[in-house]
Amino acid sequence: MKVELKDIHKYFGPVHANDGVSLCADAGSLHGILGENGAGKSTLMKVLSGFVSPDKGEISIDGMAVRLASPTQAVAIGIGMLHQDPLDFPSLSVLDNFLLGSPRSYMLDRPRSRQHLIELASQFNFELDPDASVSDLSIGERQQLEIVRLLWLGVRVLILDEPTTAISAQQKEKLFATLRRLAQQGKTILFVSHKLEEVKELCTKVTVLAHGKVTGEVVMPCPTERLVEIMFGQAIVINKGSVMPLEEVVLKLDDIIVSDWRLEMKNLSLEVRTGEVIGLAGLEGSGQLLVLKACAGLLRPKAGRILINGIDMIDRPYCQFLESGVTYMASGRLEEGLIAGMTLTEHAALVERRPSFLVDWTLASEKVNQLIHEFNIKGQPENFVEELSGGNQQRMLLALLHPQSRILFMEHPTRGLDLESTESIWAILLNRARRGTAIIFVSSDLDELLDRCHRILVFFSGHVRLLETVKTNALELGEAIGGRGFGSFNSQ
Amino acid sequence: MPWNWAKPSEEEVLDHLIANNNKATELFLRLSAIPVAFVLSIIILLMMGASPLDAFSLIFSGAFGSSGRLAYVMTAWVPVLLCSAGLLVTFASGFWNIGIEGQVVMGAVFATGLMQAFQHSLHPVAVLILAAVAGLLGGALWGMLAGVLRLYGNVNEIFGGLGLNFIAGSLTVYLVLGPWKRPGIASTSGTEPFPSSLWLPAFEGFQISPIEILLGLIAILIIAWILRGTHFGLGLKAIGKNQRSAFLMGVPIGRRMLMAFTLCGALAGLAGWVLVVGTSARHNLFPLISSGYGFLAILVVLLSHLSAFWSVPISFFFAAITMGSLQLALERQLDSSLGGVIQGMLVLSILITQGLKSRWLRRGES
Repeated sequence: MKVELKDIHKYFGPVHANDGVSLCADAGSLHGILGENGAGKSTLMKVLSGFVSPDKGEISIDGMAVRLASPTQAVAIGIGMLHQDPLDFPSLSVLDNFLLGSPRSYMLDRPRSRQHLIELASQFNFELDPDASVSDLSIGERQQLEIVRLLWLGVRVLILDEPTTAISAQQKEKLFATLRRLAQQGKTILFVSHKLEEVKELCTKVTVLAHGKVTGEVVMPCPTERLVEIMFGQAIVINKGSVMPLEEVVLKLDDIIVSDWRLEMKNLSLEVRTGEVIGLAGLEGSGQLLVLKACAGLLRPKAGRILINGIDMIDRPYCQFLESGVTYMASGRLEEGLIAGMTLTEHAALVERRPSFLVDWTLASEKVNQLIHEFNIKGQPENFVEELSGGNQQRMLLALLHPQSRILFMEHPTRGLDLESTESIWAILLNRARRGTAIIFVSSDLDELLDRCHRILVFFSGHVRLLETVKTNALELGEAIGGRGFGSFNSQ
Repeated sequence: MPWNWAKPSEEEVLDHLIANNNKATELFLRLSAIPVAFVLSIIILLMMGASPLDAFSLIFSGAFGSSGRLAYVMTAWVPVLLCSAGLLVTFASGFWNIGIEGQVVMGAVFATGLMQAFQHSLHPVAVLILAAVAGLLGGALWGMLAGVLRLYGNVNEIFGGLGLNFIAGSLTVYLVLGPWKRPGIASTSGTEPFPSSLWLPAFEGFQISPIEILLGLIAILIIAWILRGTHFGLGLKAIGKNQRSAFLMGVPIGRRMLMAFTLCGALAGLAGWVLVVGTSARHNLFPLISSGYGFLAILVVLLSHLSAFWSVPISFFFAAITMGSLQLALERQLDSSLGGVIQGMLVLSILITQGLKSRWLRRGES
């Protein structure tokens, strides 16, 4: 089936997630959708698979305009989506999952469906035991099940949203072979990814999205430099960089291993000195957040040592990390930082380190007035924090930072903020750094990383490359984020 | 910063929601729950073949028809008030202390136990005071247990509380029929009543003890002050509004939660003591002594929107409906639980209007 999207617009509140996106994928093509996190790829694919209805725009299949009111309807037309996190039911068996969403009929024909499942699976060399519990399958196998299920439902357009994030190298090979084969059968494959190397390996045509718009469409093969350029913008500047200070070590990572259900970060060692600014780059979910959380005491490493001011902090509770001068600032300012429903004054009272039994509201309001002035927060002491703009919320968070805080871990310090706020936030941060606070932050903004850091750690599938800011540039950084220079490895 | 703004962040969506929300709509929606509840109650009364006007006036006169009835309403008001005071604490921290009924029961059990042990050896006033302390302790322990189960056993406090309610209930049955049975006969009507020297003193001709009323009001005042004026209260509020942020800021969540459950349990235990020694009490321990006052207090606090101030009149109102509807059974052969139906309707109507509001706002969003 030929899929055409014309001038798709989608707003989420004030955010224009898709801004006039058009693309066309022919039957039998392996079409890549490439872009940074938040570029609008997932939204676009949700529009095409009926999960989200566009505010404006047209979808046509084989030249016929269609309206997709729900995922069920999309599947009925022949469009199926494989989500980043499998949308299956782990407590059910493989066969039950296969049967779920099958065309409406009141009675299930288990023996016949089982036969279908086995036949389809063997076509693609998938080893799926119909009676196994889905919770025992790997993510790769769950994807295989989902592909088989969608094919059985008659899907002729298959959308895959970041399918390789959590699967092993062998499973990736198998997945790619399957996709090539499906394309040969005339199915249309839409492959969403932010990994340059994979898109280069698999796709025949690539549409690049950035800030909700199509910034380029290229027929593969195409040189990586060109892809990086349209993905990250025009700028490829040689950075002036800054010189690394030589002070005492405040944070030392010794061969740590951290992992979550999808990824394992192996053997990372690092020394961070007072006043140093370190950026953690990489596509979302490449391991940078795991490391950041482990350093702040929010995630227990499987092995290795974390030393703060020379003291081994492994297995200590988060409150001891706090006491030793660690602060963690998450990216969700109102989810994991400030407390919606409480005023600025209440926040000031709440972060008091040695609280008395009674709250001294006079002192708290004096303190908050001083902070509002010092950090240029546009808001009143009695304002609820959710009434502040994003930039003011971020400044408020920084204002609450304890003066003795020695290490600051941040997720996306300026995500979603305008230029002015970004500058003021960084002025505050660099001022802290000059006074000795080490700052370690995760960011997906290349400019921010190159302009503010002494060193950048690039994460890719649980592996790390260290870049000295003075010696690198946007091109090298962009390519590293896309996986260049990590060699080939079997991640599981 | 040209490259990374497109993600629709949660806070921006939230900003939008708040901008759409205004105080007048909020008030209108809350008030509109009252006529909705009345209409629903009228429908039920009509279905039962009763005249709604007649039923409502019976409830009203049942509650306020004479000074004796008013005093009776007030004796029901005090335990609800005490439980509401406790629940304000746990609700502020965002936890559902469904186990409050069991905490009331354990307060009554501890108080009864102490009084049985010392009623012949100590001065009655000392016995009453010690029994109050025992009631506080019993409820506090039972409340803390729900907190401990949640904190260390990862048992949801709703299910833990429910389980503890059953255990407390079974314990009273065991005590009443077993170790504490009346001389000669064992009956579920309860243990041997205490002598009148161990009753709280009442006004002449107005069967309510000033001690009860004072206790209830003082409890609410203290809780209001704790929640507003102390770091403990501020921390609880932070936990209730956003546990994750509070944790990252260094608020000791586990400790605060345990203290909240313990404090709530203590006040519920005190309510249990009132149910044993109070003016209209049966002056003994019997199964179901908590009489649903704990659950009623949950409705009160929900309806008052966690306001200590409003929970005072609302709990009085609920006590009046509960006591007033007893007349339905006496005079019209209608079940007195109709009062409970009206109370339930009121809370459901409030929750429905709240639910519709957020649904409506979300629709306005997309």
